[in-house]
Amino acid sequence: MASLPALLTLYFAQYVPRTAAGECFIFKTPWASAAEVSLSFSLDGLSVLFALLISGIGTLVCIYSGDYLKDHPQRGRFFCTLFLFMGSMLGVVLADHGIVLFVFWELTSISSYLLIGFDHRREAARSAALQALLVTGAGGLALLAGLILLGQAGGSMELSTLVHRGEAVRSHPLHLAIFLLILVGAFTKSAQFPFHFWLPNAMEAPTPVSTYLHSATMVKAGIYLLARLAPIWEGASIWSQVLIPVGGLTLLTGAALALVQTDLKRLLAYTTVSALGIMTLLLGIGSVSALQAATAFLLAHALYKGALFLVVGILDHEAGTREVTELGGLGGAMPVTALAAALAALSSAGFPPFLGFLAKEGMYSATLQAPGAWLPTGMVLLASVSFVAAAGLVGFKPFLGPKITASRTPHEASFSLWIGPLTAGILGLLLGLMPGAASEYLIGPALSAIHPGTVSSTLALWHGFDIKLLLSGTVFLLGTAVYFHWPRVCRGLNFLNASGGFAPSRWYAFGLEALLRVSRFQTRILQSGHLHLYLLIVILTTIGLVGASLLDHDVHVGLGRWKDIRPHEAILVAVILAATVMVVRSPSRLTAVVALGVVGYGVAMIFLLFSAPDLAMTQLSIETLSVILLVLVIFRLPRYSSYSNKLERMRDAGVALTAGALMTALILAATALQREARLVDFFAKNTLELAQGRNVVNVILVDFRGVDTLGEITVLSVAAIGVYALLKLKDIRTNDTTPRND
Amino acid sequence: MEVVLAFVVGGLYAAGLYLMMRRSIVKIILGLALLGHAANLLLFTMGRLTRGHPPVLHEGDTQLLHPFADPIPEALILTAIVIGFGIQAFATALIRRSHEMMQTDDLDKMRASDSSD
Repeated sequence: MASLPALLTLYFAQYVPRTAAGECFIFKTPWASAAEVSLSFSLDGLSVLFALLISGIGTLVCIYSGDYLKDHPQRGRFFCTLFLFMGSMLGVVLADHGIVLFVFWELTSISSYLLIGFDHRREAARSAALQALLVTGAGGLALLAGLILLGQAGGSMELSTLVHRGEAVRSHPLHLAIFLLILVGAFTKSAQFPFHFWLPNAMEAPTPVSTYLHSATMVKAGIYLLARLAPIWEGASIWSQVLIPVGGLTLLTGAALALVQTDLKRLLAYTTVSALGIMTLLLGIGSVSALQAATAFLLAHALYKGALFLVVGILDHEAGTREVTELGGLGGAMPVTALAAALAALSSAGFPPFLGFLAKEGMYSATLQAPGAWLPTGMVLLASVSFVAAAGLVGFKPFLGPKITASRTPHEASFSLWIGPLTAGILGLLLGLMPGAASEYLIGPALSAIHPGTVSSTLALWHGFDIKLLLSGTVFLLGTAVYFHWPRVCRGLNFLNASGGFAPSRWYAFGLEALLRVSRFQTRILQSGHLHLYLLIVILTTIGLVGASLLDHDVHVGLGRWKDIRPHEAILVAVILAATVMVVRSPSRLTAVVALGVVGYGVAMIFLLFSAPDLAMTQLSIETLSVILLVLVIFRLPRYSSYSNKLERMRDAGVALTAGALMTALILAATALQREARLVDFFAKNTLELAQGRNVVNVILVDFRGVDTLGEITVLSVAAIGVYALLKLKDIRTNDTTPRND
Repeated sequence: MEVVLAFVVGGLYAAGLYLMMRRSIVKIILGLALLGHAANLLLFTMGRLTRGHPPVLHEGDTQLLHPFADPIPEALILTAIVIGFGIQAFATALIRRSHEMMQTDDLDKMRASDSSD
């Protein structure tokens, strides 16, 4: 199962030396050429870094899940959606065309929905899945709008072209809208404040999913997008004005809320929110050192957070709980897991010589150089303190100290469970020990994609005794202090749980409820189940739409158009109208049918007077047939009865009269226009020559449009069969003698 | 004359739509028939009105000479009249049948067609 992502990892790894040399591979094939959308992908330093993370951590997660879900009856469905996600995520980071990027982006939302709701029998899992889908889906729509506008402003949908057209985009009149729409897309995906609430709830997913989607890969898609498009807004003040506050708020929210969680998965989820906030903040600062720190932190975070999540999964699996207060002293029983946890936790805490340490040092140096240095530095420091405490709670507390008796005796996890976290942990250590290789092959090339022109990155383990080292040390001491006094800190911060921190999720609940209310209300109004109300709505809509466009036309009812009426025509029209009124008003069925017949004959007379003898003949015969038919069945039909009250009748009459007036106005407006009649001339010339007939109407019906007439005959036959069947059908109930109780 | 027919068509539409919005099923058939007439006359008027010149070639002519009435709306209406009759016949049979089955002619009470309760 894991061989596919493993092969993918190798495949992407072979590109590393070449992207490190600054090469960029572009693959392009036409897709929807009418819409000028081509399937184009590009592979540069940034894409390779993400692709390696996705396929590499994917490999570890696959090995892990094989054992984790060993006895699950729906393991096949799990892997199917997991691979769907992997493919989509690779698509996001490789896509070069805006629309292609959007399609894969949405696919990650959908596969995330399926994976969070994997345990679909639990209500909590379903609602968390829906919440994630709605939040990221809404962001996806904003992103689509943003990308399309961006494409129009920049004159291309290819991202590789767009990044060189920053000038054009920034001077576009809709520039602010483009910027904000894209940010909403990125912020919802990467759980930035105030959209962060969906991520902790997504922990309802099976642990491998939380590891893969909600810490290491998918939530970084927003960060990826920001990094990818960063060159467009290089040096623009709006970029840092939005990204720094949002990132700062997110990292503080995540850091504070992480410390009040007792469920290890939720605790890790909040530190992930905080980490994503840090990355946004660093991207917002936008200096070379900040971007380098962001990239390094991205790599370090993916490795250690993935490992920690997997460890929590093992604890859950072996000890049967994820509650931090119920875990302790497992180190003796699970030495390998404890080692993996310790490696990851140390990197997470920023302890030298782990990669996490390098990333944290990079962060401090970036924030110290940023304008208003102490504010961002202070925020990052607070988050780091929280990280150290969280690392202790996840990585050490379950394994050290007195043994807490659990319901079952825990024992060491199997090889395929611990190999994942151990590998990730060791990688975090190795990359930290070889900062040169890490910068040359992974971080540097990615950096030069975010910030064109930067070729080398200067990651180093040892900078000498300076302020950054002092900060690292202070953070470590403070974090350890928080760890040891955690129960008290937790109580102290507990007010957050009840108040502000959860406000955005209350907005979500409110919004969802409002949406449901609107749709219920709308359904009640529009889908009432009453035919007459449906008709009423259709008629009113037509009146609105047609009437609005009629307003642009002149309706002539001038005297000049009334001159040519002859007396007998006037009488005929009066008869038709009078009979129509009678059809409507008559209290007797028979009178109404007779009046209907009068209307029909009147219409036939109009046809006759205005040069349509064929129509007149047909109408006369058909009308006779209809009247006979109606009279024949009329005594089998129910008596007239009035079901509606006066108010409803007035309302319907008003609507019907308006619709009638609209039709009148339509005809008046249309007949006032000159018309083009090319078709008429064709029939006038060719009737005799081509069809050997003298009656043009007949020739059209049986020759020029003969197939239409065939269709008409078919319709009539079907109607005849239907009538026959309806009349012959036996009433089932009359044959069924036994009473039905169901 | 188009002006007058415009009002006739408007009147027929208004009456047809009003009857279609009733709850009594018999009135709906009548409304359907009136709507059919209204639509036919609408088409007819759109082809402009010509008195006494049907689109038929005179003996000896090889093609139709002006003035003549527009044959295309006429051909369309001819089809529509026949189809309209088919619909009306089917609707009449259907309504008779549903009245028999459900013992009501109030549309709002015809809610369940496949259970006998």
